[in-house]
Amino acid sequence: MATAVGVVVFPGTNCEMDAVAAVEGLGGDGRLLWHGDEDLTGVDAVIVPGGFAHGDYLRPGAIARFSPMMGAIARFAADGGSVVGICNGFQVLTEAGLLPGALQKNSGLKFLCQPTVLRVESSDSSLTRRAAVGSELLVPINHFEGNYTCDAETLARLRDEDRIVLRYVDNPNGSVDDIAGVCNEGRNVVGLMPHPERACDELLGSADGAVLISSLLDAA
Amino acid sequence: MKFDVMVDVRLRGGIADPAGATIERALPALGYDGVAGVTVGKTVRFAIEATDEAEATRRSEDLSASFLTNPVIEDATVMVTPADGPTGDHA
Repeated sequence: MATAVGVVVFPGTNCEMDAVAAVEGLGGDGRLLWHGDEDLTGVDAVIVPGGFAHGDYLRPGAIARFSPMMGAIARFAADGGSVVGICNGFQVLTEAGLLPGALQKNSGLKFLCQPTVLRVESSDSSLTRRAAVGSELLVPINHFEGNYTCDAETLARLRDEDRIVLRYVDNPNGSVDDIAGVCNEGRNVVGLMPHPERACDELLGSADGAVLISSLLDAA
Repeated sequence: MKFDVMVDVRLRGGIADPAGATIERALPALGYDGVAGVTVGKTVRFAIEATDEAEATRRSEDLSASFLTNPVIEDATVMVTPADGPTGDHA
């Protein structure tokens, strides 16, 4: 049976259909999940997609973390379920405490919408297990608050535990240590600012994101 | 009793403040010399019902820490003052 990937929709989410299309293009079964529900029955993996959940009011992800679905996702993750937060989804997962750190305004104060080159730093995560360490992936970014920030102690832990899974080759936003994506201690929850779901077909300029989404389908 | 609350949210020391830095860089060109240490935060105001100022402060600080700020990057100061005028059933 195809891997069922639940894609969470908050008011203001706008990348859910991109995620569903990427999942289905790679043989998975993409299912939209409303944030007000909390039923993950039959879901093998979860994507928290990009957009502006709850208008990004207060802070990106600050209000989204109180949605019933986030409680269900926290329990799913605690049981080892694979969860990936993309862009706004990454912000939501940090606000929810499922991933460390926070996403700050880009250092150049510009909204950035451009292709970036990512280097795979660890293949030990639900999003990168199919990717070769050291390989470079062309994946677009599309954010204003993508500047990954954490305290020195957290950064040291992320490095020591090999939890920085993706780095920018040419840091576009000021993220500490060029971080583009990190995972949790269990390596089943991953957050990244770039959009692999928008790079799963050569028609879109790159299919390099497919190895990441495929990894998630495998991991489930 | 009703209290007015003002929560002043600012970035923690050591966290980059690109908005503050950009404003500071623009000031000399506008003729404002000698201005330093510009930081940008936000203010959240609300009214809260509580039995006394201590309770109003405790609940406001809790609300601030759990929701209004992200402790990874932000600090906040909570200021509580009794609301002016009659409170309660004064319609």
